[in-house]
Amino acid sequence: MTKLENFINSFNKTFIVEGRYKLFASGISNTIFIAFFATLMGIAIGLFIALVKTNAKNNRKLFVLDKICSLYVTIIRGTPVVVQLLIMYYVIFVNIDNSILVAILTFGINSGAYVSEIARAGIESVDKGQIEAGMSLGLDRKKTMIYIIFPQALKNILPALGNEFIALLKETSVAGYVPIIDLTKAGDIVRSRTWEPFFPLYSVALFYLVMVVGLTAVQKRLERRLSESDRN
Amino acid sequence: MIEIKNIKKSFGKNEVLKNINTEIKKGDKVVIIGPSGSGKSTLLRCMNLLETPTSGSIVFQGTDITDKKSDINKIRQRMGMVFQHFNLFPHLTVLENIMLAPVKLNLQTKEEAEENALRLLERIGLSDKKYEYPAMLSGGQKQRIAIVRSLSMKPEIMLFDEPTSALDPEMIGEVLKLMKDLAEDGMTMVVVTHEMGFAKSVANRILFMDEGKILEENNPQDFFLNPVHERSKEFLSKILYNI
Repeated sequence: MTKLENFINSFNKTFIVEGRYKLFASGISNTIFIAFFATLMGIAIGLFIALVKTNAKNNRKLFVLDKICSLYVTIIRGTPVVVQLLIMYYVIFVNIDNSILVAILTFGINSGAYVSEIARAGIESVDKGQIEAGMSLGLDRKKTMIYIIFPQALKNILPALGNEFIALLKETSVAGYVPIIDLTKAGDIVRSRTWEPFFPLYSVALFYLVMVVGLTAVQKRLERRLSESDRN
Repeated sequence: MIEIKNIKKSFGKNEVLKNINTEIKKGDKVVIIGPSGSGKSTLLRCMNLLETPTSGSIVFQGTDITDKKSDINKIRQRMGMVFQHFNLFPHLTVLENIMLAPVKLNLQTKEEAEENALRLLERIGLSDKKYEYPAMLSGGQKQRIAIVRSLSMKPEIMLFDEPTSALDPEMIGEVLKLMKDLAEDGMTMVVVTHEMGFAKSVANRILFMDEGKILEENNPQDFFLNPVHERSKEFLSKILYNI
């Protein structure tokens, strides 16, 4: 057999035989599905914690909540996400059959801790005079936050946020520790069938790379749009 | 319009305002002057509760604004404030800066607010800047837009916190001119400034402050020609220097 025939044969075994491309396709779809909803959850949790933390300084009622949030961030950042996933699947949600849902919860809760620190830094990066200007016009705290602080904070944290979501997408590659066939697991299954690691592993790597490059492009576009007000 | 009664304000152990009493009447043009750290900005910021007084009360149009039950956001809608560093919203265009508060507070429709904003921009001769972002404007233009942003809320009183202190010397005139126009239109104004020329020609009352107290309250003629308090004399002799 020539090298080319070898190559075609391997490709065939990896993707075509037994319809294995379907396994990759469902792996990619699971990875995107988990990462997408975990991202949304991470943003929601992160924003909530950032708001608690930035408001706790002048609102005593938030003292206890602030401490709980700090504890959450400490625990989540202090333990590996694989361990969190195993605990969630085998201990906390042992009665839930839907392993994808458990994965979304795990990665969402994990990401929330990181997003909260990014969002807090973003809110604090906006000049205090902006809040005062909003309040002096009679806007309440909520409206000042939504219309004046958040848009400026978002612009400042977009690079860090993009980084976090790229990291999250790649971190979902440990989802296969529980019964989920994500992209990495799909590649691994195919490798164990064909006994040829080259194609499945490089394919998996390439698929992640394409997704990350796509995400980066979206991020760059957003950054350009938000920096429209900077040109002078 | 505003009655200030026994106001005290401390930051930690540092007492910045020591028992301030004064009254701003409708149509007053009050200029507060004094050395740095005398508490004049703090007093101004207490008037719309950007600083909460440690004790005492501030009554605006019959409402005690220091009372926790009064809706300070509603009250602030009737008081404009202009800051030393303009504090325009950098992510919004000039037009959006002016329209934001009236629209988001449901006081004007978008169309009304835009019409109003365009009229205000026309008045200060900056109509051609309506779609530009603050980063593209000069300091003087920014401050004039900050002033009309406050005016878009149709306030009953305007508070100015050192509005020209951060400006290039060449830009001060255009801002003071706009403030003088406002004064001539009958706006009630409280101005913290170091512009003695403005104080002389526009104010009907001067408050001289030092170390957290109002040391002298006088009309501008007497204050600049025959100041009563020793500290006023010393302050004026130092700033109205002849070399």
